[in-house]
Amino acid sequence: MPTVGYYPGCSLEGTARDYAASIEGVCGRLGIDLVELDDWSCCGATAAHSLDHDLAIALPARNLILAQQQGLEDLTAPCALCFNRLKAAEKALQKKASQDPSAGQGATVRVWDLVEYFSRPEILEEIERRVVRPLEGLRVVCYYGCMVNRPPKVTDAQAWENPTNMDRLVQAVGATALDWPFKTDCCGASHAVARPDLVTALVGKLFRRALDQGANCVVVSCQMCHANLDLYQERIAREQQLPLPLPVFYFTDLIGLALGEPSARDWIRRHMVDPEPLLASVGL
Amino acid sequence: MEERGNVVFLEPDYAVTGRVRAVSGISPELCYQCRKCTSGCPLTFAMDYYPDQIVRYLLMGLEDKVLSSATIWVCSSCETCTTRCPNDIDIAGLMDYLKQQAHARGLVRPKENLSYAFHKAFLDDIGRRGRVFETGLLQRYMLSSGAWKAKLSDGTLWEEVRLGLALLRRGRLPLRPRGIRNAHEVSHLFEKPPASSENTMQSSAS
Repeated sequence: MPTVGYYPGCSLEGTARDYAASIEGVCGRLGIDLVELDDWSCCGATAAHSLDHDLAIALPARNLILAQQQGLEDLTAPCALCFNRLKAAEKALQKKASQDPSAGQGATVRVWDLVEYFSRPEILEEIERRVVRPLEGLRVVCYYGCMVNRPPKVTDAQAWENPTNMDRLVQAVGATALDWPFKTDCCGASHAVARPDLVTALVGKLFRRALDQGANCVVVSCQMCHANLDLYQERIAREQQLPLPLPVFYFTDLIGLALGEPSARDWIRRHMVDPEPLLASVGL
Repeated sequence: MEERGNVVFLEPDYAVTGRVRAVSGISPELCYQCRKCTSGCPLTFAMDYYPDQIVRYLLMGLEDKVLSSATIWVCSSCETCTTRCPNDIDIAGLMDYLKQQAHARGLVRPKENLSYAFHKAFLDDIGRRGRVFETGLLQRYMLSSGAWKAKLSDGTLWEEVRLGLALLRRGRLPLRPRGIRNAHEVSHLFEKPPASSENTMQSSAS
């Protein structure tokens, strides 16, 4: 049973509890032992890097130092922004350690984006082997968003303009991953609160293109992307005359459904757009 | 900058880019105005100046103009510009630097800039408990920014209340915050001399 550190981030205790449930459910099913970082604190998110450069590094760095103290060599982060900020701290700590080897506490912890961790060959093969209900009929576009891949100097991503790891996961569970050009275009992220007008404009463009490609759902790995795509569909459909709703899944939802995990229906029921009619229409 | 008819006389202040580099490590003077940043930016439709113009104004020393622009707050930090810049200028980092400066120099106010109000409320929340409690954060943001008034008059407040109730029904809106055991370790990170970035700037400029 592989053991891996887990940094859930603030949203997964709140508005993204449905994502937390699906991650825990799928890891339990696959025999991945998620060890939650004890006493983790907020990564600082957009607020810290917008207002205070020192906090933008110090806040995530505290978590890497804790991880090292707790013996966690690998730390996964489902939230794309948490991942990005933890990586920024990882780079800063590594730089510090290279200058003064006694000062780089936390520099050896490896930070993983959750999709990248799940698409490691051994886990991908395990998922394929355990599929009991292939998700045939789901025509998905994988939406990666910004922060998992950009900037590659921080994220160490290998493919930042056209990532494919989520597509591979989705195909492993029997769904059809459609190619589309907006995989890494921005959804507006935390603008949702103060500038919802920007978010609905950006997300409307994503939906228009997803529908043009013939998608019947969108798959994401970031709870901020999920919120922006899932919560405001009524408004977007009204303002931009789009034939919505379009269900938005987490990639872990799809893995859970394909693996026959009974609680998967409970995770997806907590999304704003109900995916059940789509699943019923394709016989799932 | 002086304008006479359709001719603009500039007195560039090259010290501005020097300060940017000293504080942030970013070198805007490497820009050769290819506009790749602006071409790939998803939010240009809401900006008063395009990203390449922000860089250009900095090169001209027009610091006040960029610090008071809407652009720096409209930027969503999607990092497309930074990733694609052929001269490796961290343009999104530059936007952060400018927001940090506007904040440190007291040039922005929460009631006049909703994005700033949100960032401030967010940081306060981290300092308080070590983690963000979304439910409380949204309330504090609404009150500190006065955003509820605009939302009340255009009707979106009720839409958001309905959304909140829908999340509550789905068990996604906890009503009690969950802090961390060692919250003092986090609040300690917030303790530093006020406006430290401005001090750094002045010392590097002198």
